Amino acid sequence: MSRRLDGGDPVAEVPALPAQERISCDECTRASLLRATAGRGLPEIEPGMPVPAGTGLTRRSFVARSLGLALAVYGVGKLQLFEEGIANAATQAPGRILVTVFLQGGADSISLLAPTGDPLYRKLRPSLYVAGQTPFAADNRLTWNPALSPLAQLDAEGKVVTFPAIGYDHPDQSHFTSRHFWEVGATDTRLLTGWLGRYLDAAGTADNPLQGLSLTGSLQPSLATAKVPVAAIDGPDQYDFWSPGVWGEVEQRMLDGLGALGRIRSRDAAFATAADVTLQADRLRRQLLPFASSNGITSPVAYPKGDSFTTSLQGLAAMIGANLPLTCVALEASGQYDTHASQVSELTPALTTTASSLLAFQRDLEARRVDDRVLTLVWSEFGRRAQENGSGGTDHGAAGTAFLFGKHAAGGLVGEFPGLAKLDPQGNLVATSDFRAVYCALLEQWLGFDAARVIPNASKFQRPTLIR
Amino acid sequence: MYRGSFGEAQAERLLWRAGFGPRRGEAQALAGLGLQGAVHKLVYPGAERLIGRPPRDDKGHPLAPADAWGHDHCWWLDRMVRTSRPLVERMTLVWHDWFATSNAGVGSQQLMLKQNQLFRSHALGSFKTLLLDVTKDPAMLLWLNGTDNQKGLPNENYAREMMELFTLGADRGAYTEQDVREQARSLTGWQNKWKAGLGDYDFHFDRRYHDGGMKTVFRHSGTFDWRDACLLCLQHPKHASFFVQKLWSYFVPVPADRGTESALEAMYRGSYDVRPVVEAILKHPALYDGPRMVKPPIVFTAGLLRRIGESIHTTDWAWIGDLSGQRLFYPPNVAGWDDTRWLDTASFRGRWVAVQRIVRDIRLDPSHPPKGQPSGAEAVLDKAIAFWHHPALSAPTRSALASVAHAALADAGATKWKQQQYPVLLENALRLLVAVSPDVQTS
Repeated sequence: MSRRLDGGDPVAEVPALPAQERISCDECTRASLLRATAGRGLPEIEPGMPVPAGTGLTRRSFVARSLGLALAVYGVGKLQLFEEGIANAATQAPGRILVTVFLQGGADSISLLAPTGDPLYRKLRPSLYVAGQTPFAADNRLTWNPALSPLAQLDAEGKVVTFPAIGYDHPDQSHFTSRHFWEVGATDTRLLTGWLGRYLDAAGTADNPLQGLSLTGSLQPSLATAKVPVAAIDGPDQYDFWSPGVWGEVEQRMLDGLGALGRIRSRDAAFATAADVTLQADRLRRQLLPFASSNGITSPVAYPKGDSFTTSLQGLAAMIGANLPLTCVALEASGQYDTHASQVSELTPALTTTASSLLAFQRDLEARRVDDRVLTLVWSEFGRRAQENGSGGTDHGAAGTAFLFGKHAAGGLVGEFPGLAKLDPQGNLVATSDFRAVYCALLEQWLGFDAARVIPNASKFQRPTLIR
Repeated sequence: MYRGSFGEAQAERLLWRAGFGPRRGEAQALAGLGLQGAVHKLVYPGAERLIGRPPRDDKGHPLAPADAWGHDHCWWLDRMVRTSRPLVERMTLVWHDWFATSNAGVGSQQLMLKQNQLFRSHALGSFKTLLLDVTKDPAMLLWLNGTDNQKGLPNENYAREMMELFTLGADRGAYTEQDVREQARSLTGWQNKWKAGLGDYDFHFDRRYHDGGMKTVFRHSGTFDWRDACLLCLQHPKHASFFVQKLWSYFVPVPADRGTESALEAMYRGSYDVRPVVEAILKHPALYDGPRMVKPPIVFTAGLLRRIGESIHTTDWAWIGDLSGQRLFYPPNVAGWDDTRWLDTASFRGRWVAVQRIVRDIRLDPSHPPKGQPSGAEAVLDKAIAFWHHPALSAPTRSALASVAHAALADAGATKWKQQQYPVLLENALRLLVAVSPDVQTS
């Protein structure tokens, strides 16, 4: 299985601008000024510098304002096509963003939303019984795990859709197979591209790595594309390429060298992958220049102490606030959820950090007034066995829990809680909603894209209403 | 069997695939032995010698791999850099990925090192012995809840992964969910003690915790125990093909043809000997005529250090391992590292930082240019390539680097200090660019 980063020349795929879009002659002075620095990083403009009058620059060239720095590119002529790409992205109204958060390992659904009203719960979970306090409004058999109270708070505001038993038919209890199904958006072990990657291949652009962003230090498989570039970073303010003993003009030439190495073509797949990643790194470095000179990120709200998940969300909110051209973003939640043993002591801190960080993220988006553009899906590859095991833990199960939240989330419940009396023959929760139907609905209702072009057999799935 | 020419280029590729790349002059020496001799030398390497200065931490002290944070990673990296048995060390890395155990779940560098020694001692030996030993290895017993799995209180974690990831593979119709449950019962009986300050210790088999009842696995019935559980997997008709395909994938990036696969399976079946299968793969034309492979991050890093004879004198390598996507003893999960996705924008930056860390302490000082420092663009580029002992670069790479060199020196214009300092700054810069070029990232 090799990820196809070598799917053609991303530079060459940018369509030429129509003639009438090219700049007129009185813009040339400014253009040539900027052209002198083309290929050496985006020219920086002093904060507050006015838009040059009469140049038409407003339409095409101002990219991002963030952290007191303005940044410009000049998106025509011989300037790098990439810069044109983000100029285009920035001059369009900022688009909607879908954030996905993966609970790795198979989160125990009946500990997240505890079926305290189900008489079998205490019997199946003698030592792992979760005594919640906040009842789940849409189903009085269920109670929120206290560690998820930040999500319960968002739910009370009507901003959460809950899937209490989500999965697919013929559930697979392998972490890797089941996760693969969710990542590629089909129960097909051979698919190599992610569901978000296929969406970006169809709707994205050839010159904007930020359109599919993995904030986990390595690329999340759901974002794997066949054609267009996508990116993985630890944080927006940590993407620098420097070296001791290299500075000034020579450093700029060295950084240009990354782009030059990245544009080398090869028929060898591994060589082409290495070159392509080099080019993407070069583009991404330029896209993140507004953050490069900042001293960390200033958030309008307080975040919990947390971990790298927390700081990733904090950086993400800042990037969204800066109107960087993001569309699909993938993260991994705090902690791990493969709780075969000592479940309570693993699950509680993991859920606490994850939920409190997500609440802070939502509040941050609200404070920056960009919450109407963002929807977040929290998912896991499966739920866990209803009957606890002998190690104070649970083994792999079938249906799990997912949450979708954001200003435009429809609220309520999709698929009912099936109850513990009707388990499948292996003692697992039976799915009452299908992740592929959720993907179809998100593509159509949120991203405005025909799901049939992304999800195999899309017509088979009944779309739930997720957006209001 | 490969019958093309076996020169320095082929020997270099062999050393990258079967080890951590050549030391200075090593590819040339190996090429002199011919394919047969070269592979024989790798597969039967004799006693290990560690060549070069022993590893040190940032204060110049010896490493404490069993105790100090990050020293475990640096200790193994050092061994990759200095060993005279690169294939043994590379196979140790293969088994670490195959039976991927993370200290994130074990919580004991000491037990991880013990497991590492197990992998090393079985590097080219019997997969049967390896599987049996791994099944009762303390780090593995902790990692996949082997000592939590008791009679009447089964824990399926190891049972599932031993079939899915270690011996049979998922989605091949090799086993059922019922087999997972039955295997878990067979595997019961391992126990350990725990004491504050000491942690987990005294791993042993205790019959009282073992479920001695009848089990049915792969349609065979018996009062199976942990040893039977392993043997049932090894004797399963789908094991040999799983083993061969998985082992092959570490050395060649495209699947073997059907004929090769069955020949390798025949070689392996019944004997469980690893060495002849590896030997055959290293002599296969697909390794020499086939496409390039992206070097795993730790192989890339160890290879650069090995190439220029640098020693480990900092523990920065531990966090740099994280950044570049491969921190030893911490694979991302029980399936190991995803060898098809080593490179993304984040791990690329990690590799950049790795190179930066190597060149940092031996960089040239622009205010004191070395005697005879060349000032022409091509000459500076040649010197930067010579710094890495002349890795093979393709023409487009050479030309991309040359244009950087020409542009940088042109920037100096007629300014005297720039004319003096820019060639030195440029050489520092080109050392970085050469090492991160697609040519050096792949082999």
